[in-house]
Amino acid sequence: MPDVHSLVNEFVIKLKKRKIEGSKATAKLTVELLRSFISQQRLPHSNQAAALIDAVKAVGEKLIAANPVELAVGNVVRRVLHIIREEDLSLATAAVGGLSLAAESDDEDDIDRDDHPVLSATAVAAAARNALRPPSLQTLLEDIPHSAAAPHTSSSGGDSEGKSKSADKNSVTRKLKHNVIEAVNELIQEISTCHEQIAEQAVEHIHQNEVILTLGSSRTVMEFLCAAKEKKRSFRVFVEGAPRYQGHALAKELAARGLQTTVITDSSVFAMISRVNMVIVGAHAVMANGGVIAPVGLNMVALAAQRHAVPFVVLAGVHKLCPLYPHNPEVLLNELKSPSELLDFGEFSDCLDFGSGTGSPLLHVVNPVFDYVPPNLVSLFITDTGGHNPSYMYRLIADYYSADDLVVRRKSAS
Amino acid sequence: MVAKKGSRGGMGGEDAEEELTRVPLQAILLADSFATLFRPITLERPKVLLPLVNAPMIDYTLAWLESAGVEEIFVFCCAHSKQVIDYLESSKWFDQPNLSVTTIESYNSTSAGDALRLIYEKHVIRGDFILVTGDTVSNMSLAQALKEHKERRRKDKDAVMTMVIKQSKPSPVTHQSRLGTEELFMAIDPDTKQLLYYEDKVDTSKGIVSLDKALLIDNSSISLHNDKQDCYIDICSPEVLSLFTDNFDYQHLRRHFVKGLLVDDIMGYKIFTHEIHSSYAARVDNYRSYDTISKDIIQRWTYPLVPDVQFFGNYVTKLERQGAYRASDVGLSRSAKIGPFTVIGSGTTIGNYTKVSNSVVGEGCIIGSNVSIDGCYIWDKVTIEDGCKLKHAIVCDGVIIKSGAVLEAGVVLSFKVIIGRGFVVPAYSKVSLLQQPVKQDSDEELEYADNSSGNMEIASISNTPEKLEEEMRTELSDSQIQAASEVGNGGVGFIWSVSDGGHEEEWRHSVAPIPEDCLVEILKNATDELEISNEDGNILPPSGELEPDSVNDSDEDVRDDSVHFEKEVEATFLRAVHENVKEDHVILEVNSLRLSYNLTSTDCAGALFYAMMKLALDTPHGSPGELVKNVASVITKWKKLLKYYLSSIDEEIEVILKFEEMCLELTKEYSTLFVQVTWFIGFGVLYKF
Repeated sequence: MPDVHSLVNEFVIKLKKRKIEGSKATAKLTVELLRSFISQQRLPHSNQAAALIDAVKAVGEKLIAANPVELAVGNVVRRVLHIIREEDLSLATAAVGGLSLAAESDDEDDIDRDDHPVLSATAVAAAARNALRPPSLQTLLEDIPHSAAAPHTSSSGGDSEGKSKSADKNSVTRKLKHNVIEAVNELIQEISTCHEQIAEQAVEHIHQNEVILTLGSSRTVMEFLCAAKEKKRSFRVFVEGAPRYQGHALAKELAARGLQTTVITDSSVFAMISRVNMVIVGAHAVMANGGVIAPVGLNMVALAAQRHAVPFVVLAGVHKLCPLYPHNPEVLLNELKSPSELLDFGEFSDCLDFGSGTGSPLLHVVNPVFDYVPPNLVSLFITDTGGHNPSYMYRLIADYYSADDLVVRRKSAS
Repeated sequence: MVAKKGSRGGMGGEDAEEELTRVPLQAILLADSFATLFRPITLERPKVLLPLVNAPMIDYTLAWLESAGVEEIFVFCCAHSKQVIDYLESSKWFDQPNLSVTTIESYNSTSAGDALRLIYEKHVIRGDFILVTGDTVSNMSLAQALKEHKERRRKDKDAVMTMVIKQSKPSPVTHQSRLGTEELFMAIDPDTKQLLYYEDKVDTSKGIVSLDKALLIDNSSISLHNDKQDCYIDICSPEVLSLFTDNFDYQHLRRHFVKGLLVDDIMGYKIFTHEIHSSYAARVDNYRSYDTISKDIIQRWTYPLVPDVQFFGNYVTKLERQGAYRASDVGLSRSAKIGPFTVIGSGTTIGNYTKVSNSVVGEGCIIGSNVSIDGCYIWDKVTIEDGCKLKHAIVCDGVIIKSGAVLEAGVVLSFKVIIGRGFVVPAYSKVSLLQQPVKQDSDEELEYADNSSGNMEIASISNTPEKLEEEMRTELSDSQIQAASEVGNGGVGFIWSVSDGGHEEEWRHSVAPIPEDCLVEILKNATDELEISNEDGNILPPSGELEPDSVNDSDEDVRDDSVHFEKEVEATFLRAVHENVKEDHVILEVNSLRLSYNLTSTDCAGALFYAMMKLALDTPHGSPGELVKNVASVITKWKKLLKYYLSSIDEEIEVILKFEEMCLELTKEYSTLFVQVTWFIGFGVLYKF
């Protein structure tokens, strides 16, 4: 236990000091931390799903508070919570399925109902949520047993738990944890392979002799472009990206991999956009309404693209899908970094003199990191599950997250 | 000599062999500045624990060292060492992963030199180390500087130190940097970056820097900078410590050690510089730099060491529009106005119609209504009652400012001071509960020179703060009477008298911006001095400058003449009164005076009349009525004399004007009688006779 806690603390400190950068790295580290946390978490005999959820929420809250700007942390925590709920539900339904024949006339029902009000409550909630959730294509196909079992669970949630109290309790305890960890492993796998998954779709989107514009540096975008290159498609890429000039690094790397690359300045985007066939960019986070939080300057590019009817494609791994809306007060839209990226301090030190005049400087430098691109400017999202319309985002999010977890904050343990 | 390549930037080496010799990167942090610029605050709390934008200074330094990959930090505490150690214990700095913090305590060190000698005796430093003070704010990465330092060391054993410098232009008027330090001159070899000359106490008034001739002979090229700022971050080899031990008279890091090495070429030790460009580094040296660095932090130059990132134990605040940071649980009145670049700590409440701008407000403060706060640093748990006005002040923990009090620019209120109702604290004054030590080293230099008396006193204060407080409580009753008069009714505290330098030096290092008139004065002085030096140098001033001067002179002469003339006439007249000289003779004398001073008869009339009125005034009188009688008698007696000069209407007008002037300026008594006397003069004198 102390081992995990020190791990958590170390990670929290790293997040606080902004030592971990990039949503993919953060997401991966977060989910790995949560996996070790869950595996070491000792669960009570009864009501374990709720206990586990509470514990994960407690950790998740800390992690989110450590760096509220990095939305990937919150996304991953919510995914894990969702996984726990799903696994609990499937275990319960399995138990019900097994019990429905044998234990129909069981008397323990009345006795145990009082002992486990919490679990039955969650089970009811889960079922209710399942019932309420708009039937997406996937849920319709996959969740047939769940939705069918939902009414059963509501009446016999305590029942199933009561049964397991005897002999097979241990196995169930272990089973839940085991299943959860298995599912979390899948999530890790998913996050680490999301580049390849996205890059596989490159051929469908990039055609021969096309001109592509991108901005800033995104690993996803680079993999995507390189995948297209491997398929013997020839095209040209424009890159740039003030003030951090990550575009320069990207240009270097692309050129090293044999891609024809042109570097233009941010301010010349509008002038060049008419020659561009497609804009492909990465994102910091994708919000529930289909809006994108992206490196600064992208809104301008998106507007220019719309003016010239150039498709604006956003690549995003599923860990970037955020179930929150951009108007949510919890979403800290921006972070201001050091102005030294824009100006050399020494050069301007005489303008920044506070010693004379009114005591407030005449020169002030602001260096925001992110931009918000509204959904109507985005033509297509490419995630590892395929291409989606911005208006479809909320459905995807409904698949990945449970509505109860949108606010990760420990209330009373209910 | 050890760990040449392996510990590059604190990263592990590749080879196992090098791994063996790898020494963790060490740092020495001096948690004592060995200076008195922050008095009286530092009498009660060590400088490194003073809050800088609501986090103790030492947190900034430690957080930076930790993120720069330093693995072992030795914190050297001297003054208030117990407080520093207590703080480090309570704030969990001792149980950080990948970082070991050790404290070294000393009671009798009086300078950085003593501290380093003590550390040398302990034999804890095994390789290259970083030497900083506990008031450094930086976000620079040490990797590059360390790499350069190590490479130089491999080639040349004598490269003992690398100094970190940064570009920063000094003000052309005040000759001080934006951090309030003196203009610094450095000569650096542009190729090797070797430091050849270092002078921070130049007599800027003369505008002369003298370099050793040998410098120019020995080096093919030299670049002389005055736009570099010394960050006081040094990467040192272990030899530095032994050098301090060998030269037991080295006290100050720069003034003695650096200059000593530069001058002494027998040993051949060299100092190099490393210039940083994009990252930030500065040291809180005085109140001015406290102000400047606070504002730099608020403007995020020190990212990620900013208030809305929890770099260590500080409360999270949220960045809002216009660069205002606010903690989540601030009680803010709807009508209060929070201006730009303001930080407000948690648990603070602010009343109606209060305005706060360009300021830092700490935790748990209570600020009343209609208060105006501009450019102030208000620490924790301060109470400010309604209607106070604060401008460019530092207000320490637990201060109470009663309603209607005013703090003028540059005021420093030390811990728990109470300012009385409606009291106006004069500009640049420092108020403390402790009385100003009688024998105080006003000059920094002195402190280094005699290390016994002045510092023993500080040590005794610092060692027994509890005792002192007790003493104070008992003394308070009698001292309160005295204190009350010092800081207003119901106030507690002593106003420290300004040090010998007077106001002239006060504004240089204060938190308040430099007042306009000071700047103007300096400019004037500078040009004056330039002229003087020009004259000394027998260089003719350019003709353009000469002309206006001569004009001014003649103007002044004219004024002087008329004053002299008036005095002469008055003397003559008085003589005539006392010695009964005949009127004709008086006229003769006045006329000759008029000729010699080359003035008109109008002036004579004015001067004579003035003399008469003065006489009437000087004659003893009880009431205004008597004064009128005096005037009447004097004028009737000397009417002939006056009449001689009042030949035309112009002279009469002149007399009336003269009288008006007298009423306004010289003899206020006449002003009440103006109408009466004028009437008398006008009708009684001029037309009757």
